[in-house]
Amino acid sequence: MSAPTQQQSSYREAVRAGLHEALQQDERVFLMGEDVGAYGGCFACSKGLLEEFGPERVRDTPLSESTFTGMGIGAALGGMRPIVEIMTVNFSLLALDQIVNNAATYLHMSGGLFNVPLVIRMATGGGKQLAAQHSHSLEGWYAHIPGLKVLAPATLEDARGMLLTALEDPDPVLIFEAAVLYPMEGELSPVISSVSIDRANVIRTGRDLSIISYGASLHKGLGAAEQLSEEGINAEVIDLRSLRPLDDATIIGSVKKTRRAIIVDEGWRSGSLAAEISARIMEQAFYELDAPVERICSVEVPMPYAAHLEQAALPQVTSIVEAARRMVVRNG
Amino acid sequence: MSDPEHALHLFHQMLRIRRLEEKSAELYSAMKIRGFLHLYIGEEAVAVGVAQALAPEDAVVATYREHAHALVRGLPAKSIMAEMFGKQDGCCRGRGGSMHFFDIETRLYGGNAIVGGGLPVAAGLGLADKLQNNTRLTCCCFGEGAIAEGEFHETMNLAVLWQLPVLFLCENNLYAMGTALERSESQTDLTQKAASYGMRAAAVDGMEVLAVEAAASEAAHFIREKRAPCFLECRTYRFRPHSMFDPELYRSKEEVETWKQRDPILTFKTQLFDKGMLDEARLDHLEQQVAAEIAEAVTFAEASPLEPVDDLTRFVYSERSPE
Repeated sequence: MSAPTQQQSSYREAVRAGLHEALQQDERVFLMGEDVGAYGGCFACSKGLLEEFGPERVRDTPLSESTFTGMGIGAALGGMRPIVEIMTVNFSLLALDQIVNNAATYLHMSGGLFNVPLVIRMATGGGKQLAAQHSHSLEGWYAHIPGLKVLAPATLEDARGMLLTALEDPDPVLIFEAAVLYPMEGELSPVISSVSIDRANVIRTGRDLSIISYGASLHKGLGAAEQLSEEGINAEVIDLRSLRPLDDATIIGSVKKTRRAIIVDEGWRSGSLAAEISARIMEQAFYELDAPVERICSVEVPMPYAAHLEQAALPQVTSIVEAARRMVVRNG
Repeated sequence: MSDPEHALHLFHQMLRIRRLEEKSAELYSAMKIRGFLHLYIGEEAVAVGVAQALAPEDAVVATYREHAHALVRGLPAKSIMAEMFGKQDGCCRGRGGSMHFFDIETRLYGGNAIVGGGLPVAAGLGLADKLQNNTRLTCCCFGEGAIAEGEFHETMNLAVLWQLPVLFLCENNLYAMGTALERSESQTDLTQKAASYGMRAAAVDGMEVLAVEAAASEAAHFIREKRAPCFLECRTYRFRPHSMFDPELYRSKEEVETWKQRDPILTFKTQLFDKGMLDEARLDHLEQQVAAEIAEAVTFAEASPLEPVDDLTRFVYSERSPE
């Protein structure tokens, strides 16, 4: 029997396929957010779903992030499986109270009585010249919060499957879709299913250093690994996939093998997810290291509009390559 | 007040709240209860009156001043007391404390201590009921201070827009901590705010348990019939400070004394005496009954074990049952 044929798809279509599957599979699932219905989603991820599933299950909300997110919590408590879409992570700050003070606390505060099976999706990251109120990468903030799970799909398979995984979870799960990845094309399995989120993925194996990243930055890490291979530097690339919990075993296992680590994180360096991963490497693999951990993060400036400034602010392949060379040459 | 049994039930419920709260204050001073403690003394007619309009399957989303709602909805006093003691047999295993009571059986969804934060959650519970064609309703309690929060306005709008079966119960005790209503709201007629969203809105004297019961029953009837939200403002007053850390610099003793003349328990007691439904012997019996209940709760809380520190990190994520 031949393997099923892979399908061509975009990341956007993969997200949409996940939403479609979720709505079709489970009557308790509904999608709620700004312009998810008639408009088709601000990134067109829910195009056609209103027509197929109707206004009860694909609900356009007013611009009330805090309230429709809190309603997602209430609906989850009331037996539904809501998917709340927030346009961008910057807008999610209006709902921070509901996410951090309610969704993340109810289970613990109630002594285990009330879990909140809520899924919140949002776009994150820069690279589209949307300036300082639409472009930031604040997923690391959410990864700070006990009670939440934080996922960052970087591949088509994860963009589709992680949504289904999140819906199977009894607790609140936040999914951060990198806005620059929506048009990314690739292959997708015809078999639609949830994906395990227990482990990070080693996307490319190598022996000289580990490039640890997620989301849009992962693809820059892969680009850097490709360039480095031409120079004889053999980089391993890890896709974190889950930002909370972090898969320490995969990270540390890789670093113990390569003895060098570069973390690529589009968040700002200070107090970042990259800082957390770096600290874990120090705690768990300090004596295995041949070079200090390097971090490639966004420059600490609100994201500027002009293309050359924005690109200068974001992690780039060249900065990863330069860091890799420094580490290998200095200690090689 | 044609049914003496029901009238006595209302009185009994208010008395239970009053005595529970008095004992809580005492135990706070004795350092058995810590953290923040917000007492409901003076506001008893609201929780008791509204509870009469609710069915067992209805949900309640309350605030950090929620002991009364929990008690009248049927959460046992011993479970409440053990929670305030921070003990394992507390309704939330000592993880919530005075401000965060939750209960599955009585469908109590907090104990929410971010002002206004419970409103969207209540609307969401209403949405779940609507989508599942349930006939139950959700009662969302909040103080008048919540009306200054954006979430109040967002929730009013969405509840009407989506026709959600929620009773928005505003417990207007005139002060948001120490800030008087007229110092924080440009429009102090709160029903106008809800009505401006197209919501059915009414206000009632929150010091009269029968008036609250009648108004809440009418509102609940409307919600169940029309499957639409309703706003009910209960005008009341708290006799005690906001919490145990409040020197009450913002209101006069005279004002408090004036309101105490309208004590919902004393005035109702007088009515019951006047109608011959209550006498000293019956009152004494009720007091003893309540005192025994509270004493039992305290004994229970004292005896309850502490949650083991080894279990500190439980309930951050759900514990999946073994496959």
